[in-house]
Amino acid sequence: MILASGLRKSFGSFEAVRGIDVDVRRGESFGFLGPNGAGKSSTMRMVAAVSPVSGGTLRILGLDPATDGPEIRARIGVCPQEDTLDTELTVRDNLVVYGRYFGLPRAEVRERADELLEFVQLTDKAGAKVEDLSGGMKRRLTIARSLVNRPELLLLDEPTTGLDPQARHVVWDRLFRLKQQGVTLVLTTHYMDEAEQLTDRLVVMDKGLIVAEGSPLALIAEHSTREVAELRFGVAEEGESHEVLARKVEDLAERVEVLPDRLLLYTADGEETVAQVHERGLTPVATLVRRSTLEDVFLRLTGRTLVD
Amino acid sequence: MTGTAPTNPFAGAARLTDYWATVYRRTWKGSAVSSFVSPLFYVVAMGVLLGGFIDADPDRLEGATSYLAFIAPGLLASQAMTTVFGETTYPVMSMVKWQRTYYSMTASPLSVGEVILSQLGFVVVRVAMSCGVFLLVMAPFGVFTSWTGALAAFPVQLLLALAFATPVLGLSAGLKDESPFALIYRLGLIPLFLFSGAFFPVANLDGWMQVLAKATPLWHGVDLTRMLTLGRLDWSMAAVHVLYLVALAALGWCWAVRRLTRRMVL
Ligand SMILES: Nc1ncnc2c1ncn2[C@@H]1O[C@H](COP(=O)(O)OP(=O)(O)O)[C@@H](O)[C@H]1O
Ligand SMILES: [Mg+2]
Repeated sequence: MILASGLRKSFGSFEAVRGIDVDVRRGESFGFLGPNGAGKSSTMRMVAAVSPVSGGTLRILGLDPATDGPEIRARIGVCPQEDTLDTELTVRDNLVVYGRYFGLPRAEVRERADELLEFVQLTDKAGAKVEDLSGGMKRRLTIARSLVNRPELLLLDEPTTGLDPQARHVVWDRLFRLKQQGVTLVLTTHYMDEAEQLTDRLVVMDKGLIVAEGSPLALIAEHSTREVAELRFGVAEEGESHEVLARKVEDLAERVEVLPDRLLLYTADGEETVAQVHERGLTPVATLVRRSTLEDVFLRLTGRTLVD
Repeated sequence: MTGTAPTNPFAGAARLTDYWATVYRRTWKGSAVSSFVSPLFYVVAMGVLLGGFIDADPDRLEGATSYLAFIAPGLLASQAMTTVFGETTYPVMSMVKWQRTYYSMTASPLSVGEVILSQLGFVVVRVAMSCGVFLLVMAPFGVFTSWTGALAAFPVQLLLALAFATPVLGLSAGLKDESPFALIYRLGLIPLFLFSGAFFPVANLDGWMQVLAKATPLWHGVDLTRMLTLGRLDWSMAAVHVLYLVALAALGWCWAVRRLTRRMVL
């Protein structure tokens, strides 16, 4: 569906995407995980055939966006990071009008609009103006709009950024259904839980480059331990810096990460590691044992956290 | 059934018809008032009442036998211009910046050129309606020497509309924000309206002022319209007017497409 090699994007002298290789196959759900500024949107806009490629090759549905942009755009669905809904039109008009851009007959678009409103649970808002919708509803409407042409490939740029947790879950649920229907999904996110829940395979992007690739589980297995013990220390121990504390426990874990507010101990058995920490006479005010996540993978690969 | 790419730019632009129809349904009340009531006010106030004080000498009024007959074609062409400014300043800023509607249009199979083409189509329809109404309002005042002249003046307004629409749209498409619009209205639209021969023969202007007035697109539109409604057609001058307006529309088109593309395609 998407084949990129050595793909680059520059804005003047600044390189936002610095040579990435991507291969997305039909029916899979593929993710770009990376912090703000990693180059995810720049990549997505090239894939959506609205932003010219600066270097390397890119094929979407076997077509070249430089020459077949309209053909590509006719067959894909795009949910951009920034909303482009017409807030002065009604919810339903936004769908109908948009469907017409794809050359679909009016009757078909109307029918499809009602179907999609049902799908994104906005049927009772059909006549409302978009400006009266909540952020989550607008996102769902944008998703509905991107489906109006029954796309073979759906691109979602940060589908839940800026939404409250409840609204995010509603969006995830809808996207999960699409995935089950066999729609090829490509999404970008800086939320590791979103990537874990929705993608079969993902690439981790940082500063315009891909730093790792695989399924969420494989990435965690490859770049992290099974569990993580998080330790927070109180003021009593503040005399000793986190670095000093880290040195005291470094032999208890495969790896120790020092964050501004806590230590992360990467280990196969978190509970046991916590017990060993206590045996050393250290008294963290709070401990948490959890499974490794993609956040840990990112931290491992880049030395930074995804969201800050 | 996924979508398809349009087979030619006009087919592409035509896909936006429903969009413009929806926009029109939302705004027609306001624009209906301005395209019916304000021309009537102008014709009555300036043409009939002010004109009552003006001693109409055809030799000094480009051949018009009354001030009303002189000013009516000027008001008609001005109406075309004003409608164009209304449709290609703030609405364009909205589509490129506030609502980002252009971005949703070009995420579909449509291209920037097709989007502009459709918007020009909309502007022409709006001008056709407002000038059509204007012609109907003026007809009872007996300002047209011949019906054929009045009918011929109608397509001139559409050409004049395109000659204004392409450069103004291009200008708006590249602006960062709306603040220059106030200036464009005060230093562009209003002086054009007042000094391009709609209200008085430009022959009254001295030297360079007259040259300047005759260089404006509105003067070419006004003069051509007036020739037609007064039934005093000078073919060679008419050809100059048409060529001027066609050239401006064409240059404006290239500029508008280039500016909007530069802004949107990064
Ligand atoms: N139109 C642009 N002009 C200049 N720089 C840009 C433009 N778009 C994005 N960038 C820069 O490219 C980098 C990557 O941006 P983006 O692709 O939006 O990242 P992400 O979506 O991962 O947050 C950022 O540093 C951003 O400032
Ligand atoms: Mg982004």
